Amino acid sequence: MTAYDSVLTVRDLSVAYTVGRNSLEVLRGVDLELGRGEVLAVVGESGSGKTTTAQAVTGLLAANGRVTGGTVHLGDTDITGWSDRRMRAVRGARIGWIPQDPVTSLNPVKRIGDTVAEALLIHRWKDAAARSRRVIDLLERVGIPEPARRARQFPHELSGGMRQRVLIAAAIALEPELLIADEATSALDVTVQRTILDLIDDLRRENGTSVLMITHDLAVAADRADRLLVLKDGRVREAGATDALLAAPSDDYTRRLLADAPSLGDVTVRTVPDAARTAPPVLEIAGLVKEFPVGRGEVFRAVDDVSLRIAPGTTHAIVGESGSGKTTTARIVLGFTAPDAGTVRLSGTDITGLGREEMRVQRRRVQMVYQNPFASLDPRQTVEQIVAEPLRNFRLGAAPARRARAAELVEQVALPSSVLGRRPSELSGGQRQRVAIARALVLDPELVVLDEAVSALDVTVQAQLLELLQRLQDERGVSYLFISHDLAVVRRISHEVSVMRRGRIVEQGPVSDVFDSPADAYTRSLLDAIPGRRPHGRATPTAPAERTTP
Amino acid sequence: MSAPTEQSIVAGGTEASPSGGARFAPRARTRAERRRRVRPTVLLSWIVIAVAVAWAIAPGVFAPADPVAGNAADALQAPGAAHWFGTDATGRDMYSRVVHGAIHSLSGALIAVSVGLVVGTVLGVVAGAVDGVVSEAIMRLVDVLLAIPQLLLMLSIIIILGFGTAQAAVAVGITSIAAFARLARSEVVRVRRSDYVEAAYASGGRRVAVLVRHVLPNSLTAVVALAALQFGTAILLISTLGFLGYGAPPPTPEWGLMIAEGRNYVATSWWLTTLPGLVVVAVVISANRISSALNDRDRR
Repeated sequence: MTAYDSVLTVRDLSVAYTVGRNSLEVLRGVDLELGRGEVLAVVGESGSGKTTTAQAVTGLLAANGRVTGGTVHLGDTDITGWSDRRMRAVRGARIGWIPQDPVTSLNPVKRIGDTVAEALLIHRWKDAAARSRRVIDLLERVGIPEPARRARQFPHELSGGMRQRVLIAAAIALEPELLIADEATSALDVTVQRTILDLIDDLRRENGTSVLMITHDLAVAADRADRLLVLKDGRVREAGATDALLAAPSDDYTRRLLADAPSLGDVTVRTVPDAARTAPPVLEIAGLVKEFPVGRGEVFRAVDDVSLRIAPGTTHAIVGESGSGKTTTARIVLGFTAPDAGTVRLSGTDITGLGREEMRVQRRRVQMVYQNPFASLDPRQTVEQIVAEPLRNFRLGAAPARRARAAELVEQVALPSSVLGRRPSELSGGQRQRVAIARALVLDPELVVLDEAVSALDVTVQAQLLELLQRLQDERGVSYLFISHDLAVVRRISHEVSVMRRGRIVEQGPVSDVFDSPADAYTRSLLDAIPGRRPHGRATPTAPAERTTP
Repeated sequence: MSAPTEQSIVAGGTEASPSGGARFAPRARTRAERRRRVRPTVLLSWIVIAVAVAWAIAPGVFAPADPVAGNAADALQAPGAAHWFGTDATGRDMYSRVVHGAIHSLSGALIAVSVGLVVGTVLGVVAGAVDGVVSEAIMRLVDVLLAIPQLLLMLSIIIILGFGTAQAAVAVGITSIAAFARLARSEVVRVRRSDYVEAAYASGGRRVAVLVRHVLPNSLTAVVALAALQFGTAILLISTLGFLGYGAPPPTPEWGLMIAEGRNYVATSWWLTTLPGLVVVAVVISANRISSALNDRDRR
């Protein structure tokens, strides 16, 4: 390793945050090395310290954080403990940063061109005319069409993927030797995610830039990184070449991460039992249309002639990118939005056009689990009150009976009974989502709508919840309408799937058919974009086969 | 890229053992600690308010001297051991007057805040909970209230209601209705859009039940904080009205009136205006501090 041309070397890095009077150790002796032109992915669940690592390298730790030990070398320069002033000379020039959220990371009142030029301006790069030429070149380089026109536009005029490209253009403006991508594609649709990751790959190849990729998505890391570093509780659990590490993980935690990653682990595709196929459907949607006015008499057709059936005890998934109309469809099924045409039948009863009280009665039969478990539970109620609330709404049983039922449901979602008296703020994300599932099931509904219900969670928690949902379905015969953008997750949980694009269903059928032999071009492009499918031929040509059996 | 808070860190830690409750322990401890850790300025503020309330309840215990009857021989004495706050032109003990005046200022502020809080919150909650004409009508009425300068509005109301401490308090209260209504409405609208309120409807909740069970408890903390803030403002406004002669008639030891009376002697007897003024300032600042502490606690 003597000839190793290292761009970033971190040795025994420890970082602590001061919270109140306590000092919380977040990084405990992290070592990492990143060679020239290499991609190193730091993977781990939330709270593992991966973002802190990136922040410590750039000197951008939160005000209550401090480096308590170790060194950071950028090339040959020891930048450990550099003041903000000295770091400024490095940031932008030698280290480029691609932030996570393209929506909030661009100054909304600044033109795109000015944002990209900012790094050049700060580092006094040439004169104004040269800078504006450079900005156009950069925008063109990151694949923005009509760069001269786009440079004069404001962030709100660009799509999410475009904005991420702008942020990348700003990050590479001064051709830094190190690019840090902190969950740079996590907020994007899979197809957009792929183009952005391809772009970062190209830049790396062309300029020899090293990339430090921070991600929770093992599949993305597996596809794009030369080497992986698995972080857990601020310690490096395992590090090594991607293919070798994926093929033969030596650490238990890495093995679990691999098994839980929806697109990497083993999947037994579920099929609809014959008995259920012939039974009357729980949900039958026919010819659903919903339009929203978008000013001056024009309308946007969010849902366009959507039809689907769900057999009892099965899961039907609606997949699609943001804006495809899947959430609007779910809201119509729940009676929150009235369709402009079409019918929604719950076990034969048409629920479209019902009055407020009639709809309320129907809600005993269809329940909902939301995406964000931090927003869907009343922060002032205890878990017991939350789970028992549907019973209270329908006046089912006296208070002691409701409490007993809530305790029963909490047990069924595999939470300890000690959570009953706690409030949501005392629970983790996965635990909260279990509470939300318990609330949805307490009335014994026929159908539960899950709107991106596992998207906000770490893979391990996600895998546990998917398992729980399947078990509950097997035990109770409840049907799920599973809304998701994540095809890998859909493949794990669903019997049937509908692929939506621009309000229309472009393909529908059993999961095995749609995933293995997609008929529609759009479905194919979605499937191709799923990370974790790229063969790992660089080091070990047989890696993909080994990957699925960790 | 959010700065790791204790929640996220501990949440990440607990996640690993979804079935075990034992790992809740660190979280519970930090909560308890937060409760125990009282910030000194907040504590001081509560002490100031407590003293003012004690003055209002039992003035005789703190200041045995008569606040109204004066001894002409002791006129205009500087603060000292015999008279802590000095004496005024008719020889009345200023400390005793300030102590006995607490009841007028505090009860006035209480009336004012109650009027604003009750009327304003009811209007705001109704405007936030229903859509359409009713909501629009209420909010336009509130806009009209806001458009009239506060002092002008108070004086007009007093001219209609008549002079006196209670009337001044009601006038102050009416001017604060708009602030309460706007805040209550915006909070109700915010909470109404949250997932857990929709989830409550989705689980079969009726409108009134959802409003009482979820919307109100989650939206009224900010209103309570505003009430604390308004308490301080009300003391100030009541003192203003007293100073202008629209409040309690002399010789009532009302704080604003005392400052007004001392105004003629400000060049020679500074204590007549300064000391009651400082008391007003101390109470108002304390109320503000408590208000912001209430708001902080809500944001956690």
